[in-house]
Amino acid sequence: MAEQESFLGDYRVLDLTDEKGHLCGKVLGDFGADVIKIERPGGDPARNRGPFYKDVADPEKSLLWFAFNTSKKGITLDIESHDGQEIFKRLVKTADLVIESFEPGYLDRLGLGYADLEKIKPDIILTSITPFGQTGPHAHYKATDIVGVAMGGLARILGDLGRAPVRMSCEPQAYCQAGIHGAVGSMVAIYHRALTGEGQHVDVSMQEAVELSLMNAVEVFDLMKVNLIGMGQFLISPRPQPLGPLFLRFVLPCKDGHAVLYFVGGMKVGIHSSTELIRWANEEGMALELKDYDFNQWDGSTMLQEDYDGYIALIRDFLMTKTKEDLLEEAVKRGIMMAPCATMADIMENRQLEARDFWEKVDHPELGDVITYPGAPVRSGDTPWKMQCRAPLIGEHNDEIYKNELGFTNEEISTMKSRNTI
Amino acid sequence: MMKQVFEGIKVVDFAWSAVGTQVGRELAYHGATVIRVESHSRPCPLRSMAPFKDGITGLDRAGVFAEFNAQKYGMTVDMTHPNSKEVARRLVAWADIISDSMTPGTLANFGLDYESCREINPRIIYFSTTMQGQDGPHKDFQGFGHHANALFGVSQTTGWPDGEPNLCGTAYSDFIAPWYLLVAVIGALLRRSKTGEGTYIEQSQLEAGLNFVVPHLLDYGVNNRILERMGNRDREMAPHGIYPCEGADRWVAIAVADDAQWRSFCRVIGNPEWAGDPKFDTSSQRKANEDVMDNLICEWTRNYTQEQVMKMMQEAGVAAGVVETGEDLLNDPQMKYRGHFPVLNHHGIGPHSYHAPAYKLSKTPCQITRPAPCIGEHNEYVYNEILGFSGDEIADMIAEGVITTES
Repeated sequence: MAEQESFLGDYRVLDLTDEKGHLCGKVLGDFGADVIKIERPGGDPARNRGPFYKDVADPEKSLLWFAFNTSKKGITLDIESHDGQEIFKRLVKTADLVIESFEPGYLDRLGLGYADLEKIKPDIILTSITPFGQTGPHAHYKATDIVGVAMGGLARILGDLGRAPVRMSCEPQAYCQAGIHGAVGSMVAIYHRALTGEGQHVDVSMQEAVELSLMNAVEVFDLMKVNLIGMGQFLISPRPQPLGPLFLRFVLPCKDGHAVLYFVGGMKVGIHSSTELIRWANEEGMALELKDYDFNQWDGSTMLQEDYDGYIALIRDFLMTKTKEDLLEEAVKRGIMMAPCATMADIMENRQLEARDFWEKVDHPELGDVITYPGAPVRSGDTPWKMQCRAPLIGEHNDEIYKNELGFTNEEISTMKSRNTI
Repeated sequence: MMKQVFEGIKVVDFAWSAVGTQVGRELAYHGATVIRVESHSRPCPLRSMAPFKDGITGLDRAGVFAEFNAQKYGMTVDMTHPNSKEVARRLVAWADIISDSMTPGTLANFGLDYESCREINPRIIYFSTTMQGQDGPHKDFQGFGHHANALFGVSQTTGWPDGEPNLCGTAYSDFIAPWYLLVAVIGALLRRSKTGEGTYIEQSQLEAGLNFVVPHLLDYGVNNRILERMGNRDREMAPHGIYPCEGADRWVAIAVADDAQWRSFCRVIGNPEWAGDPKFDTSSQRKANEDVMDNLICEWTRNYTQEQVMKMMQEAGVAAGVVETGEDLLNDPQMKYRGHFPVLNHHGIGPHSYHAPAYKLSKTPCQITRPAPCIGEHNEYVYNEILGFSGDEIADMIAEGVITTES
């Protein structure tokens, strides 16, 4: 198939965000947009957050920065200075979309809010990514990632029974949700602009972005007046007294870690899966007590907890003889509803991802290294998704933008540097 | 009513479960006409997922199905019936976008793979999304959201260092994958408006999910460090955690980003003697003495409600927030202000809450006006007005069982 144009090759994006919004510009850049990350002189504060390349704390070596700033060019600019604001306005004239994540009102105070930008470039789109949105009683509240996952309801449905709620340790999930919803909102606005020539202001709330990841917690309260909480390794099947709730242990240990296993009967997929699991165990001389168990007869509404726990003890003994890799391969082969709890190492060795050629090798010449990144989150026959380049160094494209594009002379640029404008 | 962004865009939603359905919903909220295709013999699994109206199961009583299918039209067709071919052909000819999230090969068995659809409609934009993609050794893996959580690393890395991996109370990759799909689908619409060409889009939800854990994959790749469960601890910030408050099982999140915020935090908690201890002066010292410090903080937070702690901290410029339950979310003053949970009157459930997008567009706001369809609710409208079948033809199709009316 002939190479086709990318989805967003005609669009230029100016990215003023901090780590709350980095993913938004990355997504647009990976789909072909010309994204210019504008950092304050000295660099974006996220560069000081780890983890770091080879554990060396250096603003040019933050893996958090690398992760969410691919496919962007990088320039430095102090938009609080008068000169910086004039330069920014010149750039806005060349742009289609500006993304920012400042406190609501900050850009207005600098004379760079939507109303100001619209005067310079009538069809500009401004996407603002903030913890709680531009207006409302909490609009000026501060939030980091953990506050985002707490107030968006995600922390409450994670964690172990009897302990505090938790965030996912693979942070920053609240920032990622805010960023991706920022990208969706931006795309809707871009499509509208393509049809009508009209720009607008896109107001993204991180709290709402997190809330949209909860599956059924809001519906469960809305319809049942019950609040879901994190239940650790269990799924709890509510039942009236005297039996009370049935605790189904769906996370079980195996030889080298843990696996998620739906061990149930009664419904079609569960019957097949559990029957196959027992057949496999029996082939190896284990769980023989369950040899003739008929999973059609499984009735969760009357099952005694001690009976269930007895079955699970047999399954656990069997799983303890198997590695995570064994479990995954047999689960696929036999149609068992089971998957190993993968570590970051397991993921990078996953056969399916390798077979689909998922990983992207990205050159970091200044480190003399090639780093492996996750590849496309969505694919298309004519590959409109592409990691255009690694994340920029501080001010890496200052010359390209200020000299080649805006026409500043070397002297002007060194003056701008000495005044700390860039 | 002003024209909406996707007005005139037509979507045939063969989606299954949570991922594809949310893509159609978002497009519908912005004006697209979306037809949700189902059959009584094989209804969407979300129709049998709790919670149900009054706790009673029933295809038209499921809250989550409603949540993901608002603003759509619902039709039923038995795709295994030979006479359904003409229905399928007209749907494809009508559509701009086809949404497929069934097991690989299912739509192909009905003659509705991308290539066949493209022959009927060369401008078609067609996406397929499944847990592990359309090809590769694990493409047929049978699993649910909890299995996806396991595969993309969030189970292993959620919980406590001295505990076990978490099942997690949400099928988390189901709430990453649709947003990437939407970016691609809208991108494909943009390109089509220039070139006239359609597109095939394919997604593995596992691969989409991995795009949310990039820093930790890089940390393993370059530093050989395997991310462990850290409870609520942060790599750098301290204090950083979720602390108990007054009341039963009530909690507040607090994150102190730097030493200046630490001093503000100390003022809020009344500058107790322990807070002046030099071993808490800098963030690296606080990290080193975090267990002791967290216990002391808990002693303070327990005396206040979560709202009180949040307000006091926020007024002092320290990030803090209520650990919200489903109930808290519905009553959250900020989300109420933004109208995040509009109430619609569903024909099987009655009035209940839906979810607006996480972004507001200043000139083209979304419109959330119609609840999710009951199964087959719009058969008359879809078969007659959209697909152009006559009343007699429709009656025949009902009699033949092409249009399903009961399980």
